[in-house]
Amino acid sequence: MIKVEGLTKRYARTVAVDNISFEVEKGEIVGFLGPNGAGKTTTMRVLTCFLPPTAGKATVAGFDVLENPMDVKKRIGYLPETPPLYPEMEIEEYLKFVGRLKGIPSGAVKSRVNEVMERCAVADMRHRLISKLSKGYRQRVGLAQAIIHNPDVLILDEPTSGLDPQQIIHTRELIRSLSGDHTIILSTHILSEVEHSCERVIIISSGRLVAIDSVMNLTNRLRGSQAVAVELEAVDGRPNPNDVQQRLEQVPGVSRVLMKESRSGRLIFEVEGLQGRHIRSDLARAVVNAGWNLNELRSLGFSLEEIFLQLTASEQRDKAPEPEKEQVGAN
Amino acid sequence: MSQIWMICRKELNSYFASPIAYLLMAFFALIFGFGTYTATRDFVRFAFQAQLQGGGAPMNINEQIITPLLSFASTITLFLVPMITMRLVAEEKKSGTIELLLTSPVTDSQIILGKWLGAMLLYVCILAMSVINLALLFAWGKPDIKPVLVAYLGLLLQGGCLLAIGEFISTLTRNQIIAGGVTFFVCLLLWLLNWSTSFDTTGWAAVVNYLSIVTHFDNFSKGVIETKDLIFYVSMIFFPLFLTSRSMESLRWRS
Repeated sequence: MIKVEGLTKRYARTVAVDNISFEVEKGEIVGFLGPNGAGKTTTMRVLTCFLPPTAGKATVAGFDVLENPMDVKKRIGYLPETPPLYPEMEIEEYLKFVGRLKGIPSGAVKSRVNEVMERCAVADMRHRLISKLSKGYRQRVGLAQAIIHNPDVLILDEPTSGLDPQQIIHTRELIRSLSGDHTIILSTHILSEVEHSCERVIIISSGRLVAIDSVMNLTNRLRGSQAVAVELEAVDGRPNPNDVQQRLEQVPGVSRVLMKESRSGRLIFEVEGLQGRHIRSDLARAVVNAGWNLNELRSLGFSLEEIFLQLTASEQRDKAPEPEKEQVGAN
Repeated sequence: MSQIWMICRKELNSYFASPIAYLLMAFFALIFGFGTYTATRDFVRFAFQAQLQGGGAPMNINEQIITPLLSFASTITLFLVPMITMRLVAEEKKSGTIELLLTSPVTDSQIILGKWLGAMLLYVCILAMSVINLALLFAWGKPDIKPVLVAYLGLLLQGGCLLAIGEFISTLTRNQIIAGGVTFFVCLLLWLLNWSTSFDTTGWAAVVNYLSIVTHFDNFSKGVIETKDLIFYVSMIFFPLFLTSRSMESLRWRS
C-alpha cells in the first residue's frame, strides 16, 4: 500500500530524513518510533504530499506523491501533531467542511459526519465550538477529520500525545477498530503505544532507519541482558537483606544484584543477568529453596530509550564509526 | 468550482463568526454616513444660496455629492483591506490548519481563489453599507444611476486588487500583525504614488502614475469605463494571485 524508496528530505542546512526505505502492506498497522526530531513528522508530511521529497520515491496505493498528488491525497487521512481545527467552528460544521473538502458528495456528507462523530465519541458535543473543547475532544475531532472520507491509508502523528490515560485507552481502541479496512501508520515516542496497537515497528533516529521488525521480534532480539525484579515478603527483619543479596548473587548467570527497597514487609531486588541467559526460573528456585516467601518475579521491560540505545549501539558496532556532522532537523 | 465556493464560504463564515466583519461594516457605515451627511448638508446650503441669489451654475447631485463620496470610499478601503486580508493565510499557518488544506484533494489555486473570493464577498458586504446612504439621495433627488454603478464597479475592482495583494502578503508570514502592517504600508504606497508625480511630466512620472491604484479609480468615479483602467485592474488582481500561488508552492519546499 505504501512504498518508500531511498527517501531523503533536506532542509536548508539540515538533513531531516536520510535515505529511508520501507513498505507497508494493506491493512497493516505500523508504528513509527523515534525520539523527537528523528524525522517522523517529516516522513509523514512527505507521504501526505505536504512536503516534496528532496530525493527518493514515495508511492501510496501505487500513486507517486510528486506526480499524482491529487490521487494520493484522496486516499490519505492525516492527523498532524496538532489537530488542524478551526476554533470558530462547531464540531459538526467543521466535519462537514472537511468532508466536502475531501471530496465527499454533498448528499452523503451529513450521514458520513454523523457516522464518524459516533465512532469517535464526539456526537454529544456536535454543536459545541471547537475553541471550547478539551484536549481529548480536540484529538478525537482530529481523528474524526482524518477518517471522514474513509481513506485507504491513515497517517496519525502522535495520536495519543497529551491525553489522559482513559483517553489514551479509548484512542488506542479506536485505532485498533479502524485497522481492518485501513492501512495505518502512527508515530510515537512511547514504546508501549506501539506494543498495544502495532504489528510492525519502524524505528528511526537522526533521520536514519534503525530497524524494521515486529514488536515481538524486536524485544526478543534484545532480551539478552535483561533485568528482573524480585520481591520477597519480609517479617520482623527476616530474611536479612544481606543474606538474600548473597544468595541471589550465587545464582548462575547473574551479573549484578541491587537492593531497591526494604520497607513495610517487602524486599525488592533488581537482578541483572548475563547476556543471553535466562535466569528467572533459577532465581525462583533459589528463593523458594531458601525457605523465603516469593511475592513477585517480574521481568523489567525495555523502555524505548534502552531499545534505542541498544539498537543504535549495535548499528555503530556493525558499521565503521563515522563522525556525525549533520544537525538533526526538528520536524 | 464547488471546491472554490466551499473554501470561500468557510472564509466568509469565519469572518462573520468573529466580530471583525461587523466591526468593519460598522466602521465603514459610520464614516461613510458622516461623509454623506456633510456632503449633503453643504450641497443643500449651496443650493439655497444659489436660489436666493438667483441663477448661478446648475447643481448636480452626481458631481457634487456622489462622485466625491465614492472617491472618499475608495480611500477608506485602503484602511479596511489590511484588516480583511491579514488573517487569510497567516492564521492558517499559525494554527496548523494549512496542513489540512494542503493535504486535501484541492489544488493550490482553488484554495487561493476561494480565500480571495471570501474576502471579496466580505468587502462587498462592507460596501453595501454605503448603499443605504445613496438610496436616500435617490429617494429625494434625481441623480443619474449609471455613473454610480460604474463607480461601484471601480470600487470592486480596486478592492479586488488590494485584497489580492493582501492575500499574497499574508502567505509570507505566520504573524497576522506583520501581514496587516505590511499590507497597509503597500496600500498606502500605491495610493501615494500619484501624489509624487502630480507636478512631474517626465516619462518616469507617467509610469509611476500609471501604477497608482487611485489614478485608475478617478475615471470610474466620474462614470467613465476605460479599457486601460480595466486592464490595469484585472491584471493587478491576477498578478498578486499568481504570486500567491508561487508563494504557496515555496511554502511546501521551505517549511
